[in-house]
Amino acid sequence: MARKLPATDVVIVGLGWTGSILAHELAGSGLNIVAIERGPWRDTATDFPPAYAQDELRYHIRHDLFLRPAQLTMTVRNGVNETALPMRSWGSFMPPNGVGGGGVHWNAETWRFLPSDFQMKTHLTERYGEKFLPADMTIQDWGVTYDELEPCYDRFEYLCGTSGKAGNIKGQIQAGGNPFEGARAREYPTPPQKQPYGPTLFAQAAKEMGYKPFPQPSGNLSQAYTNPLGVTLGPCTYCGFCEWFGCGNYSKASPQTTILPALVRQPNFEARTQCEVLKINLDNSGKRATGVTYVDTSGNEWEQPADLVLLCAFQLFNVHLLLISGIGKPYDPRANEGMIGRNYSYQVTSSVDAFFDNKIFNPFIASGAIGMCIDEFNGDNFDHGPHGFVGGGYMGAVQTNGRPLQTTRTPKGTPQWGLEWKEAVAKNYLTSYEAVTHGGCCSYRDAYCDLDPTYTDRFGRKLMRITFDFHENELKMSQYLTDRLAEVVQKMGPRQFEKRPRSGPYDSTVYQTTHTCGGAIMGTDPKSSALNRYLQSWDVSNLFVLGATAFPQNAGYNPTDTVGALAYWTADAITSQYLKNPGPLVHI
Amino acid sequence: MIINKPPLSSPDDVGSGMPHPPRFQSGIRRRELMLTTATTLLFSTNSVLAGIVQGSLPWEQNAGAPPTEVRPGPWTYFTAEEGAAVEALVDRLIPADPQTPGGKDAGCAVFIDRQLAGSYGTAEGLYMRGPFAEGTPQQGDQSPLSPAARYRQALAALDKYCRATYAGKSFTQIPDNEKDKLLSGLEKGQVHLEGANGRAFFELLLQNTREGFFADPVYGGNRNMVGWKMIGYPGARYDYRDWVERHNERYPLPPVGISGRPEWVRKAD
Ligand SMILES: Cc1cc2nc3c(=O)[nH]c(=O)nc-3n(C[C@H](O)[C@H](O)[C@H](O)COP(=O)(O)OP(=O)(O)OC[C@H]3O[C@@H](n4cnc5c(N)ncnc54)[C@H](O)[C@@H]3O)c2cc1C
Ligand code: SF4
Repeated sequence: MARKLPATDVVIVGLGWTGSILAHELAGSGLNIVAIERGPWRDTATDFPPAYAQDELRYHIRHDLFLRPAQLTMTVRNGVNETALPMRSWGSFMPPNGVGGGGVHWNAETWRFLPSDFQMKTHLTERYGEKFLPADMTIQDWGVTYDELEPCYDRFEYLCGTSGKAGNIKGQIQAGGNPFEGARAREYPTPPQKQPYGPTLFAQAAKEMGYKPFPQPSGNLSQAYTNPLGVTLGPCTYCGFCEWFGCGNYSKASPQTTILPALVRQPNFEARTQCEVLKINLDNSGKRATGVTYVDTSGNEWEQPADLVLLCAFQLFNVHLLLISGIGKPYDPRANEGMIGRNYSYQVTSSVDAFFDNKIFNPFIASGAIGMCIDEFNGDNFDHGPHGFVGGGYMGAVQTNGRPLQTTRTPKGTPQWGLEWKEAVAKNYLTSYEAVTHGGCCSYRDAYCDLDPTYTDRFGRKLMRITFDFHENELKMSQYLTDRLAEVVQKMGPRQFEKRPRSGPYDSTVYQTTHTCGGAIMGTDPKSSALNRYLQSWDVSNLFVLGATAFPQNAGYNPTDTVGALAYWTADAITSQYLKNPGPLVHI
Repeated sequence: MIINKPPLSSPDDVGSGMPHPPRFQSGIRRRELMLTTATTLLFSTNSVLAGIVQGSLPWEQNAGAPPTEVRPGPWTYFTAEEGAAVEALVDRLIPADPQTPGGKDAGCAVFIDRQLAGSYGTAEGLYMRGPFAEGTPQQGDQSPLSPAARYRQALAALDKYCRATYAGKSFTQIPDNEKDKLLSGLEKGQVHLEGANGRAFFELLLQNTREGFFADPVYGGNRNMVGWKMIGYPGARYDYRDWVERHNERYPLPPVGISGRPEWVRKAD
């Protein structure tokens, strides 16, 4: 039996990016806020100082900063007729754990979505006609527009100190930036990072081909920066231990380096670490959340009553907790009913490996988000009419690391061991390069999450089951993007290059991205969405669900700038509307 | 209603209703927390306790968790025979050449031994609940075996196979070209070991051997940073601001490891 604690105003499940933003925004309103985080507290000085942060085995290979599957995992399968099996160790994505969440070990590639991405269904139907879209594709408009979110994007980027070059300020196209981006109110908070050799060569080649290369917006800061909360970040040193690692220099934007020092000073805020929320509790009507039940490390269960519940547990765990707690109706793909678990989507990446003679790239001089990109083939920036698919992605030379366990490339056909392997690794380490595409992923009727019938966690709770595969639209897109990328790479002058477009089936054992999306999507109507345009549950109005859970489908960019923008959007809706009149913010 | 509630009492006076100590963990407990993985924390009752953070950052002096340095010495997991076989195996996967030593001298077998003796070997943290069913390749390893158990089982099976195939000889005693043929056979799934999955073992061994060759020397492999020197990787350095725009120029400094360079620290022996 759970022991009942004194009630609080707001309980936040998970203290990662969205949890920290919401906590800080609401703390100003004087409400008492309790954030419950299943992992440990994490600090730069103790958890990843530059004395030993640069440990590829510990952090990248053995997953030191991540959730342990023994604590909680999910089952996966490629189609509705297969039996799902548990992910016994992590592969395709890396679930976060601990204060800071994914913000600790992300790359910090900080992209806004295109204005048309928020009206994808309407936009594509108007341009190409309804029949252009596959019948089982379930893409939707978001219910919020880019213009509405622009001030929120601005706040997240100024919180982070994002380094970049604007391409469009108030409608004026800016030289050196991304000319395809939506209009922004002002320049990036800090100038772009310096570029190593590979991105510089890529940009030259792209320019010669008539494209408009620009520096990737980066949360690895080009210079010291003090954000509006008074928290200061240091300059990135291009250490090359960024993605999968915590930053020892306070130079990667994370809750630790941007919010937490200010947040913990708020007298009405409290964080409980190593406490895992097991479920959201509902009253008898099923329409009101009464708080959450959590378990601490001694195995004691506690009930934390609260008036407002903010689910900030990352996309995967948000959906799992909704399903476990019986909130809303679980999605059933056969009947095409129910909103919880529907429209699960992902990200479709690919690469081109190139091998050069006489060029030294120093791949280890790198940061999580450095690089030069082009956006000509993202979203609907090009005419899809002749190609028979929708969607796209950015592409470029993004130099994230030269760590030898991850980044020792050998040409196809090289043996995997023995003298020949050894020679090929030694020869190509400094002189090979990988360029990448980062594509979107549409949603489909048969890609979804529900509860697994067989596998359980250590408390006997059902694991979440993910049913997902790439569809023809995405595979065609990946082929097309990879072909375009290869043309630029070829112009860089390699001795040989190899295209690696994404191919099916979806493989849960190979890392792609941790950009899992959907499962409780936002929209304008409870018949086609789980959350309203403010990320408030249609079913339980004192519950808001933050994160990429709300994306109806994924765009051809990394999600977190949009996740952060939506967090500010929700925080504004709560402070300016909900607190004055608690209840549904949208009436149907 | 949300508004106009009396503030929640400070954690110090919530008393026994609260999960655990009112302030953050003590230095000692904090250290324990850092050294143990999240899983052990969850499954043990008293190693680490839930914490409360309020008012200031829970900073503790010397609370970091640097890795523990592997010391040379006898095998910790392997038997003498197993250790000898693994040394021979890693030396074929990464053979010596005139520039760079092979897997054995690079310390790959010692690395694997120490890894298997620790939390990696016991599959601590992995999801090990049943039922164990064979799935599609996309569903990943579904075996109930821990890495340590897989080595023990496969090394015994390999020994048996060698003795039966090569007139009573063990893997260490057969010529290099025969060793390579056998490894190729395991890699391609053409050699079948009795009572062990030869291909899965090969994949695990290759992965661990590369780890031993390229991971930081603190873990017992990559001795003298030979793996890093071979490719021109400067190791655990952390600041390249002066070199990021020196395009197409070789980085001039030699590698360093987490515990520095042998020239700096190993003189006392
Ligand atoms: C290796 C990696 C690289 C990435 N790179 C990029 C990038 O370059 N650009 C980009 O845009 N995005 C990137 N991401 C994604 C980014 O990290 C996430 O989009 C972002 O962190 C999501 O914010 P969130 O608040 O939804 O979740 P998180 O920040 O992950 O926070 C969720 C928190 O909830 C906690 N939690 C979960 N369940 C419970 C529970 N039951 N009880 C209590 N606490 C719980 C978790 O422990 C975690 O701390 C990357 C992710 C990874 C893993
Ligand atoms: S690359 Fe830069 S931001 Fe990333 S961890 Fe290193 S110093 Fe920090």
